[in-house]
Amino acid sequence: MSLARMPASQLVVCRECDALQRVRSLSRGELLACFRCGAHLREFRGERLHRVLPLTLAASVCFVLANSWPIVAIEVAGNRASTSLLGSIVELYKQGVPGVALIVLLTGFVAPAAQLVLLTYALSSLAARRRFPGIATIVRLLQALRPWSMAEVFMLGALVSLVKLAGVARVFPSIGLWSLFAVIVLTAAAQAAFDVPGYWEKARTA
Amino acid sequence: MSGIDGAQFLSASSLGLLGCSVCGELSRALECECACCRCGAPLQQRKRESLSRSWAYLLAAAIMYIPANLYPVLQSRTVAGDESHTIMGGVVTLWRGGSWPLALLVFFASIVVPLLKLLAMTLLLASVHARSSWRLHERAHLFRLLEFVGRWSMLDIFVVAILVALVRLRSLATMDAGPAALAFGAVVVLSMLAAQSFDVRLLWDAAGRNEHA
Repeated sequence: MSLARMPASQLVVCRECDALQRVRSLSRGELLACFRCGAHLREFRGERLHRVLPLTLAASVCFVLANSWPIVAIEVAGNRASTSLLGSIVELYKQGVPGVALIVLLTGFVAPAAQLVLLTYALSSLAARRRFPGIATIVRLLQALRPWSMAEVFMLGALVSLVKLAGVARVFPSIGLWSLFAVIVLTAAAQAAFDVPGYWEKARTA
Repeated sequence: MSGIDGAQFLSASSLGLLGCSVCGELSRALECECACCRCGAPLQQRKRESLSRSWAYLLAAAIMYIPANLYPVLQSRTVAGDESHTIMGGVVTLWRGGSWPLALLVFFASIVVPLLKLLAMTLLLASVHARSSWRLHERAHLFRLLEFVGRWSMLDIFVVAILVALVRLRSLATMDAGPAALAFGAVVVLSMLAAQSFDVRLLWDAAGRNEHA
């Protein structure tokens, strides 16, 4: 079959079913799906990669805000209590459930923070048109971190807790919660414009 | 070579080509044996020991699923008395409290999704062993769905984390994490690891072998 003799640059292999196929240049809004299993192979992204750095920086600022202020506060009979994300992790640790504290720390704080830092590094390398040290490892790490970064799940958890307490206490969403919401929206926008094959394509031509 | 649905295809591995699982770059198996030339990710025909690792994580998750549902995730101490809440109990409380959309959400995230994930991973793994070509496209879809929804099960862990830290009102009320919290967190993490260790290409390989046999 002629596919076997084609240069590798014109071929793409499906990550999900290993079928080899011809890659063609996509126009705006187009999506290349695997002819065998339907997995998405390539998507037209155009110049969207340029947006990722500003979005990531904005998300980082909001992330700092989200973690410097309480997420939620309650008031019962004049007693007021509030907690931040890191505060809840410390509290879990103090109460003798370090395993749960660790899970929350990694998925709610470390992974989202690392994602923002690494994304900034990778895109700065692209903007500077220079291959920063360790860039390959960092891009791989970004891919691996993706499922473990659960800021949006945490946000939903905060909302569920508010509703649970609404019956017995006055509840106040705090600055941290609004900032967290901004982090999620900005990160989602950045992620939508970033993909690893597209990144390397850009790095090659830069 | 003809495929499951009669479509013509060549698999990369049959030509000695390797697609990088991270960046998609195509390498010849001979010239570039251990790492992708572009991004440095280890190159493998298929994920190493995919089936055994996936089975191991899945089994561990299934075992943890039992204490996760039997023991309380949350223990509250109020002036009205002590109370323990299991995961299902939390859903019932939300439902009775009138916030049924939220009750449904928590029910799906904490009960339906973890159970479905355990059952679906078992089905996928067993179907590879059986070299099944039954509903191949649907199974591939199922796996994509699992990868997408699995993380939302962490919801209950975050709810516990916030409630435990927030409800510290000395004499009035306190809440503590129960023994099921860690077990439930472990179910979510282990089943995510099971899905990540599973190489979805094995579904297609297994069906292909069956076809040609």
